[in-house]
Amino acid sequence: MAVITLTIDEELVSARAGQSVLEACREHGIKLATLCYLDGISARGGCRLCLVEVAGHPRLLPACTTEAQEGMRVTTRNEKIDRYRRMILELTFAERNHTCAVCVSNEHCELQSLAAELGMDHVRYDYLNPDLPLDTSHQRYGVDHNRCLLCLRCVRVCDEVEGAHTWDVKGRGIASRVITDLNRPWGASESCTECGKCVEVCPTGALFDKGSSVAEMHKDASFLRRILDGREKRQWRR
Amino acid sequence: MSTQTKKIRLATVWLGGCSGCHMSFLDLDELLIDLLERLDLVYGPLVDFKEFPADVDLCLVEGAVTNVENLELAREIRSNSKTVISFGDCAVTGNVTSMRNRIPVKDLLTAVYQQAQAPIGAESLKALPALLKKALPLHQAIKVDVFLPGCPPSPARIARVLTALLDHQPVDLQPEMRTFG
Repeated sequence: MAVITLTIDEELVSARAGQSVLEACREHGIKLATLCYLDGISARGGCRLCLVEVAGHPRLLPACTTEAQEGMRVTTRNEKIDRYRRMILELTFAERNHTCAVCVSNEHCELQSLAAELGMDHVRYDYLNPDLPLDTSHQRYGVDHNRCLLCLRCVRVCDEVEGAHTWDVKGRGIASRVITDLNRPWGASESCTECGKCVEVCPTGALFDKGSSVAEMHKDASFLRRILDGREKRQWRR
Repeated sequence: MSTQTKKIRLATVWLGGCSGCHMSFLDLDELLIDLLERLDLVYGPLVDFKEFPADVDLCLVEGAVTNVENLELAREIRSNSKTVISFGDCAVTGNVTSMRNRIPVKDLLTAVYQQAQAPIGAESLKALPALLKKALPLHQAIKVDVFLPGCPPSPARIARVLTALLDHQPVDLQPEMRTFG
């Protein structure tokens, strides 16, 4: 396998050809904030939190969908990148109604902890306060669009791992919304296998087990690596 | 000659919130005694002063700016205080108070005061200060100097912020101390 060498934060780092900048960073213990990225499903560069500076490129690039190249010079943190990341989080909070205090995922939410980690202590933009619905028609799960950040982990895990493709997206831009079965209520979905993968990988309280109250949702996406290693590498472990 | 330095003048204000942040402030327990050696509580729900005073050094503001009275008081707070602290999630983000924002004010008042079976009816609408179209985080009404998130902020967070401000140190909350919710 071809090995390449690149520079990340002034340090020489080796990576396998075809790896993304994000994968190279993670293999070398370089922390990079991510939200839509999840090990085990395809990368889509949607949330833009993993933006990095690549020498020679005028714009910041998402590390998850940028292929590591021989001789590349990458900067993962500086004042500008930190500022952009905080701005992205602020826009995410402003776009929907993330009321952490009354959320099922309070204290166990990736968006909430990223905001604290990256120092986003308030939102400078006007909150849009959209009027969004809640679908609790499914027997076991619910979806609260107020808390969805359109990371589309649910869409990807349902399609790529479960193979059901129950989830998809309707609308464009700010009007985008995740939907089940061509925009039918989740409870009426014929394709949903009720496996619950989408709920476990959802980074916020947008997808939840019905019956959970404030701070009661504990999600764990580690099953993904386990079943994919079984499927792809025939390595079975608990 | 007295070596005693002038006490810091602290005000606390309760705008559109549930008073939970003030409860958390009281949960500072014995630390309150130490704090009160260094500061005077000059205004707020915990003391009985009618007017927001002049020359306030620190002002903890709980709650979102949700009606015209809140807005007026917020402006007075800003012009009379050196350091304004957004105290808790409602002040910082709008939080639960702002969950009404998607509903037009008229519909909201009708639903609560005219259609609901409640002991308080439409007659109270006359006494109610006019609601703003949207409940705002404090920093969208006035300039805010320090953000203290949490619903409510834990006594440990409040202590950290107040102690830093009293010692004229920069307020630098650790990530685990600046989460919302």
